[in-house]
Amino acid sequence: MKILIRQGRVIDPASGRDEAADVAIASGRIVAIGRAPDFDAERVIDARGLVVMPGLVDLAARLREPGQEHEGMLESELAAAAAGGVTSLVCPPDTDPVLDEPGLVEMLKFRARKLSRCRLFPLGALTRGLQGTTLTEMAELTEAGCVGFSQAEVPVRDTQVLLRALQYAATYGYTVWLRPQDAWLGGGVAASGAVATRLGLSGVPVQAETVALATLFELVRATRARVHLCRLSSAAGVAMLRAAKAEGLPVSADVSVNSLHLTDVDIGFFNPDMRLVPPLRQGADRDALRRALADGTIDALVSDHDPVADDMKQLPFGEAEPGATGLELLLSLALRWGADSALPLPATLARVTLHPVQVLGEAIGSLASSAGRLVEGGVADVCVFDPAAEWSVAPERLLSQGKHTPFSFASTGMALPGRVRATLVAGTIAYEAPADAAS
Amino acid sequence: MLSRRNPQLNRHGELIHLLSIEGLPRAVLTQILDTAGTFLSVNDRDVKKVPLLRGKSVFNLFFENSTRTRTTFEIAAKRLSADVINLDIARSSTAKGESLLDTIANLSAMHADMFIVRHAESGAPYLIAQHVAPHVHVVNAGDGRHAHPTQGLLDMYTIRHYKRDFTQLTVAIVGDIVHSRVARSDIHALATLGVPEIRAVGPKTLVPGDLAAMGVRVCHDMREGIRDADVIIMLRLQNERMSGALLPSAGEFFKSFGLTPEKLALARPDAIVMHPGPINRGVEIDSAVADGSHSVILPQVTFGIAVRMAVMSTIAGNQA
Repeated sequence: MKILIRQGRVIDPASGRDEAADVAIASGRIVAIGRAPDFDAERVIDARGLVVMPGLVDLAARLREPGQEHEGMLESELAAAAAGGVTSLVCPPDTDPVLDEPGLVEMLKFRARKLSRCRLFPLGALTRGLQGTTLTEMAELTEAGCVGFSQAEVPVRDTQVLLRALQYAATYGYTVWLRPQDAWLGGGVAASGAVATRLGLSGVPVQAETVALATLFELVRATRARVHLCRLSSAAGVAMLRAAKAEGLPVSADVSVNSLHLTDVDIGFFNPDMRLVPPLRQGADRDALRRALADGTIDALVSDHDPVADDMKQLPFGEAEPGATGLELLLSLALRWGADSALPLPATLARVTLHPVQVLGEAIGSLASSAGRLVEGGVADVCVFDPAAEWSVAPERLLSQGKHTPFSFASTGMALPGRVRATLVAGTIAYEAPADAAS
Repeated sequence: MLSRRNPQLNRHGELIHLLSIEGLPRAVLTQILDTAGTFLSVNDRDVKKVPLLRGKSVFNLFFENSTRTRTTFEIAAKRLSADVINLDIARSSTAKGESLLDTIANLSAMHADMFIVRHAESGAPYLIAQHVAPHVHVVNAGDGRHAHPTQGLLDMYTIRHYKRDFTQLTVAIVGDIVHSRVARSDIHALATLGVPEIRAVGPKTLVPGDLAAMGVRVCHDMREGIRDADVIIMLRLQNERMSGALLPSAGEFFKSFGLTPEKLALARPDAIVMHPGPINRGVEIDSAVADGSHSVILPQVTFGIAVRMAVMSTIAGNQA
């Protein structure tokens, strides 16, 4: 289908383009940016007053399929991604069964392709069953479509296994995605600090993150394996990452929208929607994370999308399942952070487009040169949004099967900026806001 | 972010649930203590009953075992003429068995008027209070490490009984504070009632520095911690603290932080010694102290009935 997105404010963080222009799309590719007078479009999207940007790339979204379909399914969660302007996402391997077999990965990729709502990039398990003992067949899994290897939420306790996993991955140049969390120190349900102490919640000390980072950086120094650090949560962790990058270690990192906007104080009266992993830390941590994302120490902003069923949230705080839905909120929460940080819009959008694609690098093959960008000849993964629109998050209206978010209007009393109007994946319309979406 | 209204108060600032002492105004605490005073005489009468909760059903809902606390609530409710139903619900895993909120919904359908809840998870009574019908009241009888507000109030009643004025006192709380809901409730109550010096005393594994944010002075030396104290509150040491690498042994704990007559001599000559019970003789407290002239441990139990009567009658009289 030939589509013309007419006269939007076209922003491409990669090239610095920020101007009113038409975007002409045919056969899944962007054929022209600028004036396209002779383009015979079958469909015209009027983008006056709207921003036209590369589709968002989310490095952390759980889809819950296979195995946890009561909490989320590809169909619902990829529809949520499209509604959030997300055109590519990376999912961790902690499904049931775990993504440690090429056949499972192929099936997942095939199912996602059939839905054609969003590109899906699975992470394979670093160890079989995430058990931290035996390596997976990383080369086979890569052929099946894995873009890296991860332990999801299960830290490798045995440092000998961790060292060898990094050595083996480095052999092929694969990236290992790890959330820095010490297995023993990380057992609590809220960040250690005054709030957890006052509420009588078991704490996760900041050393759960820094001890794990210290170990990892030592092993990266030895192996030169490329490591992506998932969802940093602390000021101390940011400082260690900054030093590691200055030293030239091959590491990158992301932060979740939750840690970027919330602190442990938001737990309030034991609100289970604030039960998150990593746990919400203190104001100084949040501020350091915000600065680190602005100055590039942290590469990407992620939704940390994790749909959780009602039953698993309607529990006392410590028993509630951690996680929050996030795909549909990622753009708005990026915009809110960018506005708070007084960043130009293209710089804000780079954290959810260009920079995450750079983290993925060659693992996504030829897409590496055009995903997360708007370039003539590149893939037409596009998000069109209204920067002036505000919306109040009503969880029951989200497309995700997960209806729990800390950012619901009921919790925050605040509206969020920016509303997605249309999402295109490979030149086809994956989402279009309903006509009454002005609210 | 928006902070929600304190769920235990109604729009007029009246107490409808008792979930925590934190955030309650001094006037509310004082009123409960005053009301408790009027109920003490009921307990001395031949017919130990007043009709304030006649026809009301009070459900003792204990997800964690406690014969003592449950019994004191039961006595208090019966002296207010309520019908009391005791339910000991072994804490079932959430994967199988009935969920907490399903249990509450079922009991609500049996026309419960008040739930007295004990639960191993901090905050569980908040979840229940958010899901009961407007006329149903919830009393927290101990949730995880978070709060034990009726114990806090009875401790305040005891202190007021012996010391009259809170605003000149030094109060030392000694022992396993990090795991203690009693300590948290006491600290909030003491601070609200104007106690100028609250000390938290114990080893660093059981008394984290974060406690200072609650307005207490953290002491890791027992002698320094109880010197010139007017009130010493000893906490029960659970056996499982030894397995979690928090302490090497009960014996070593007693040597450093157990209350002996020698250490007690460092406190004010008229100091009172309190303990929420049940006491571990020779672990946190020497028998000579527990049974000695400074000890008010048994009067605490007596006051506890009156305080729980005051709490139940107060919240039952307020509408959501």
